[in-house]
Amino acid sequence: MRKGFSVRHQPGFTAIAIACFALLYLPVVTLVVYAFNSAPSVAAWGGFSLHWFEVALTNSDVIDASVRSFQIATVAATLATVFATMAALATTRTRRYRGQTFIYAFINQPLMVPEIVTAVALLIIVAQLKAVTGYSGLGYLIAAHTAFCIPFAYLPIRARLENMDLSLERAAADLYAKPLYTFRRVTLPLLWPGILGAFMLAFVLSLDDVVITEFVKSGGQDTLPTYMLGQIRRGITPEMNAISTAFLLLSVVIVTLFFVVSRKCT
Amino acid sequence: MKNTTISDDCAVDIRAVRKAYGAGESAFVALDNATVSVRENEFFTLLGPSGCGKTTLLRMIAGFDYPTSGEILLNGSDITSLPPFQRPVNTVFQNYALFPHMTVAENVAFGLEALGKPRTEVKARVAEMLRLVQLEHLAGRRTNQMSGGQQQRVALARALAPQPKVLLLDEPLSALDYKLRKEMQSELKRLQYETGITFIFVTHDQEEALTMSDRIAVMSAGRILQIGTPREIYNRPADRFVASFIGETNFLTGALHGVANGKAKITLKSGQSVVVNAASDAPASGDVTFIVRPEHASVVEGSGDLRGIVEKVVYFGTDTHLHLRLSGGEAFTVRQQNGSVSGSAVEAGQAVAVAIAEGAAQVVRA
Ligand SMILES: Nc1ncnc2c1ncn2[C@@H]1O[C@H](COP(=O)(O)OP(=O)(O)O)[C@@H](O)[C@H]1O
Ligand SMILES: [Mg+2]
Repeated sequence: MRKGFSVRHQPGFTAIAIACFALLYLPVVTLVVYAFNSAPSVAAWGGFSLHWFEVALTNSDVIDASVRSFQIATVAATLATVFATMAALATTRTRRYRGQTFIYAFINQPLMVPEIVTAVALLIIVAQLKAVTGYSGLGYLIAAHTAFCIPFAYLPIRARLENMDLSLERAAADLYAKPLYTFRRVTLPLLWPGILGAFMLAFVLSLDDVVITEFVKSGGQDTLPTYMLGQIRRGITPEMNAISTAFLLLSVVIVTLFFVVSRKCT
Repeated sequence: MKNTTISDDCAVDIRAVRKAYGAGESAFVALDNATVSVRENEFFTLLGPSGCGKTTLLRMIAGFDYPTSGEILLNGSDITSLPPFQRPVNTVFQNYALFPHMTVAENVAFGLEALGKPRTEVKARVAEMLRLVQLEHLAGRRTNQMSGGQQQRVALARALAPQPKVLLLDEPLSALDYKLRKEMQSELKRLQYETGITFIFVTHDQEEALTMSDRIAVMSAGRILQIGTPREIYNRPADRFVASFIGETNFLTGALHGVANGKAKITLKSGQSVVVNAASDAPASGDVTFIVRPEHASVVEGSGDLRGIVEKVVYFGTDTHLHLRLSGGEAFTVRQQNGSVSGSAVEAGQAVAVAIAEGAAQVVRA
């Protein structure tokens, strides 16, 4: 008997799959392996050692950049999630109003603008603001990161709101709950996994950003990615591999945490 | 809690309510000039086929939607444009709409907490409600781990806990299987009796409506066709639709000559005549339609009211249906109760006379 169509039984499927996995993971695996190299090379193996992790951890520039990255990511992701939640509520939980579709498009527009364009635009405006206000702190980076994180945070929250059974909020109103009470006791608890997902996504995106940060930052405001970029220009040592490996581990932990938590919530 | 008898006081007064979705030419009228008075402490049912506007009317009583025109009064005060949280009316939703992130007890407590009742009162009331619906043992359970029947009880307890003036139930039993539905029907009657709260119950099941209701409003295509007790609706349907939607009916047509004291004489095609009930607003003459329920007709010796030939005899266990062709050519069914085991003496092909029970023939609007 003929089996139904299955892509797994097409000729070349295994080869293509292996090639894809190799392309995805071989560079990462190589990177991780050479982080443990005792020799100062990313190409010649000199034996296992944690030396480069030690170097990275005692490098105050690395520590500074990491702390800065976390500060920016934490604040920016929090703000972006708050704004995105409000935007999602305003586009799903109100009576239809004029311009709703426009607002929806407007919120998502940043997804379509090439990052380099946003970066150049920000570079110009931030330069002017710095000149006018005299302020040159982390605020600019935080504002920029918040802005580009909003659409990414907005999408999972909106998806969750749209999938939520409207009759639950109706039931709350029927049981004498005023709108704010309904939001606090029903909408928010049910929205929580979406909000958490949005926060994690925004956090990782902010942590990872190079282009916008590179254009907006003032002197001495390197984040971990821009610091690494600067170092690599000067030549590469396994210290970069060690930092990357730690970074990778962190990302994996955050994403795993998100899956576990959102599983629990539903 | 005590049960008081149904009084003439009006709990919910729906006055000329109209609901149109959309505007202008393409507007869809979901509810047209609905006028109903639901009495205090009554089990009132909205009965009609799917899409006739039952949910629409219920939503406007609950405050989830607002009438295009007309008004809704609760105990005499106008609530037409109040938001749902300001109406002392609670709803049992068709899909229950239980809060999935709360336990059974938290669900039941929700309305009382939203009203800001003191904690001790909330606790006592929740316990009382759970006892009322026999779910004390499941107070700490999440609702998504429960059966349909149990969820139904939680929804009832949650809606009854704040002691609403009126409880709205939108087809609450339609998702349950037959046995559980029967069980919940008597459970609902008991709850209504014990709490003394006015129930407005929605169903498309005519049998459910007849067995449970104090009064029924029969709806079709956005209109209320008739309001009355189950007996009135069944025995004195005012309208052809009402007669055919509820129970089985024979429709006959004939010429009416004058109405007097609510009675009239109708002459059929065959020349035989039948005395019928006719409202005073029935047309004084001309062709009219009237109904006879199959169980109100019987095959008799002698002349009877109608004559016909038996075409088919169908045995149903408790009763036997005789399908006749009347001498005027109309189809007519007689339902005989099987009072003895010897079986019907009537056979297909036999010519018979049919008597109609006193007062059973009823003129209906065509
Ligand atoms: N929001 C709406 N917009 C347009 N039409 C609607 C809306 N809600 C209900 N209707 C229509 O109104 C009619 C009555 O609906 P409903 O009251 O739900 O019927 P029932 O509960 O008796 O089955 C249906 O034909 C339905 O399609
Ligand atoms: Mg309905």
